[in-house]
Amino acid sequence: MRRVVPALLVAGLLLGLAWAGIFHRSPELYLMAAVVLVVFLSGIVRASFWTGLERAGVRDPQRRWLGQRPLVQRAVPPLVIAGLVILLAWAAGVAPDSALLVLLAITYVLYLLPRRVRRFAVPLTVFALVVAYPFFIQQTDYQRFLFNVPVFNAFPSMDTMLSMIIFAMMAIGLNMVVGYAGLLDLGYVAFYAIGAYTAAWLASPHFAAYGISFDVGSVAEKPILQVGGIHLTIWLVLIAAGILTALVGVIIGLPTLRLRGDYLAIVTLGFGEILPQVARNGDRDGLGFDLTGGPPGINPVDPPGFGHWLNAHVGLPASYLREQGTYVNFVTLMFWTALALLLLTIFCSIRLRDSRLGRAWIAIREDETAAAAMGIPLMRTKTWAYASGAFFGGIAGAWFATIKTGVFPDDFFFNISILVLSMVILGGMGNVWGVIAGAAFLEYLNLEGISNFNGWMNDHVLVCDPNKQNPSSVISGGCLNAPLVTFGIYGAIIVLVMLLRPQGLFPERRRKLEFETGVHDTPIQDETA
Amino acid sequence: MVVWLVVNLVKTPSDFGRILLIGISQGALYALVALGYTLVYGILELINFAHGDVFMLGGMISATIALQGFGLSTQETPALGILVAAMLVSLVCAMAGCGLLNMAIERIAYKPLRNAPRLAPLITAIGMSFILENIAIVWKGTRPVNLPPNEFSAGNGGQIFRIGDVVYTWDRLFVLLVTVPVLLGLVWLVQFTRRGKAMRATAQDKDAAAMMGIDVDRTISFTFLVAGALAGAGGVLFAFYATTISFYTGFQLGLFAFTAAVLGGIGNLPGAVLGALLIGLIQNFNEGLAWHSPGPKWTESIVFAILITILVFRPQGLLGERTPEGG
Repeated sequence: MRRVVPALLVAGLLLGLAWAGIFHRSPELYLMAAVVLVVFLSGIVRASFWTGLERAGVRDPQRRWLGQRPLVQRAVPPLVIAGLVILLAWAAGVAPDSALLVLLAITYVLYLLPRRVRRFAVPLTVFALVVAYPFFIQQTDYQRFLFNVPVFNAFPSMDTMLSMIIFAMMAIGLNMVVGYAGLLDLGYVAFYAIGAYTAAWLASPHFAAYGISFDVGSVAEKPILQVGGIHLTIWLVLIAAGILTALVGVIIGLPTLRLRGDYLAIVTLGFGEILPQVARNGDRDGLGFDLTGGPPGINPVDPPGFGHWLNAHVGLPASYLREQGTYVNFVTLMFWTALALLLLTIFCSIRLRDSRLGRAWIAIREDETAAAAMGIPLMRTKTWAYASGAFFGGIAGAWFATIKTGVFPDDFFFNISILVLSMVILGGMGNVWGVIAGAAFLEYLNLEGISNFNGWMNDHVLVCDPNKQNPSSVISGGCLNAPLVTFGIYGAIIVLVMLLRPQGLFPERRRKLEFETGVHDTPIQDETA
Repeated sequence: MVVWLVVNLVKTPSDFGRILLIGISQGALYALVALGYTLVYGILELINFAHGDVFMLGGMISATIALQGFGLSTQETPALGILVAAMLVSLVCAMAGCGLLNMAIERIAYKPLRNAPRLAPLITAIGMSFILENIAIVWKGTRPVNLPPNEFSAGNGGQIFRIGDVVYTWDRLFVLLVTVPVLLGLVWLVQFTRRGKAMRATAQDKDAAAMMGIDVDRTISFTFLVAGALAGAGGVLFAFYATTISFYTGFQLGLFAFTAAVLGGIGNLPGAVLGALLIGLIQNFNEGLAWHSPGPKWTESIVFAILITILVFRPQGLLGERTPEGG
């Protein structure tokens, strides 16, 4: 009963709007209504299926079904459901796409595999698909290969994918602080900014004004190198950015990690607000010393590359910026390198989680007093958590600076911290894969998803005239302007997840009990620190 | 820092006096919001991030009433009678509206999480803050809402009296005119009424209060109501004083007010007022004084640096005491 009423309401609403003529251009909505109905009423559908078979003369169908081999029991229902959906689609006039069918077939095969194989097969398949993605999305008519996603209308572009990977790295970093160690960090954007600015300091002509000229393996163009400044190769820059950001994390953490949860959150929020301001004001009239370049930022930052020696001997690209192939170009190479960095981050995260330090973090998260009683040095462990989170945030920031070939203070603002936090919360605090899924989804929404949805609503559902629209209001002239309320959507996601499913979409195994029991009072400062 | 203040005082005494007065007025404004933070923290130990946005919605409500209800327009300076009427009506409406809004937020978002670990309601409060900001966007759009410059807005008022070179004008006075009675009302409420006593008892020890027969849920709702009403009053004052409100105003001002509450001692009502006055003064000294001051670009950083310093070195604030023992 609990499911029938909402299902009927939703389906009734959609059908009513369709009858009123609003959906006349999108058969997909009829399909969605039907699928919603079937899913919610699956219990009734299933029961009537068995009853129907009995009436048809099959004796005791359910018992005979349950006597089948397990593999058959797993294999058949999805086929039945797929058959139903294809029937409904054909009835609604929606033609199933070949690419979609291929994807569904792959998913089906993965579903049938035994669990032990699946643990490796699923990440491998996803990884292979993602690596091959640039070849599909960069075709001029990629719609041939990638089906048309309903409502959102398109797969993410390469730039969006790059951003998704960077945010996934940040989310994994924040996951170490919030998910593993249970320390609420509201100022993660500070680490992002520090990483980016470190990349700018170490790989751009910024310090040429002070007469510093230093070049180690840089692949920047000759005219830029002649100007001066510090130019290191990107790989050194990444490491340096990570280490520097981790150091800053330690410095910030040492006086503040003594504090209790909400005070720590406020302090980190303070840093998260101060650092973007310093970035914006850190030029000559703000600080007396041109540290951050002020509002225009630091520009250009050297591109990544492997240098001429490796190019000549191994064939790796000398400078990414110079690659101009149709598929293997600057963007694709950045994408693949970002994927490699993401893999490295995942590896580090999983190894840390399963190490002694990781277990100490989880112990602190669960019960600090008990952890201290077990001999875990609280301050040191918390500082390590903070530094690790900072490290990966710094690497993500440095890569971001390299992709954009410049650092601009407008890219760093407080809301980013909350965005990354919502990714961790939505995905599942403490679960690396959940966090990646949450990051990819929310960043896609941020960059493309909401505007695509908005376009679809305006074209198909509301059918409005864009000339009547007021660009600063959300609903005007019959048109919707959803991207204005992007962060409201994220806020709603946070609140809904916290109220309805605080362990996130993909809960960490140990986390499930956390939100079901309360915690008693803890003092403002750790007496055991 | 004292040296810096004294040098500035000596160099430009009239400026100093003027800025002092502005600082006190702005501090009074912050006090209204800071009291809301402190009240909620004292009773629930929850930092209500959404409080600044409730303040902003109060300002929007009052702006709407003034612009649409009373027909004020940005083209002409309104007559004093209409202005005062608009102010009073919107004060009542905003205080009631924000109080009810705050109560509703508590019911929906914080009450179900009362037994969850402390991270959960904090995160929900942040989410709520974003939701409120975007409600303002849906209601009023992204561009700021403007009120006409009027007798009460910054820099405009007719003068009341002068001491030497320092002029005290209506605009700086009216903030205090409204704030002081509200604060006195709050003191009376907390100190001399049964509900106030229930609030203080619940803040001190929730379980013991429940054992004494106090309905804890109702008391908490009442606290949120009072806090919301204070924020609403602050919003009305801000709308008429600064004559412009946008969806983002509440967030930054809320953080400043929160810093004020922490500075004075979170959970401590007079502390909140003291902290707010100090923050108002510091902000205006920083922005107004000429000799060697960092300037308005650095105001936020300075305030947050104060927040961090206080939390690290003296988390109980200037006046100490986590729970409100007095009015």
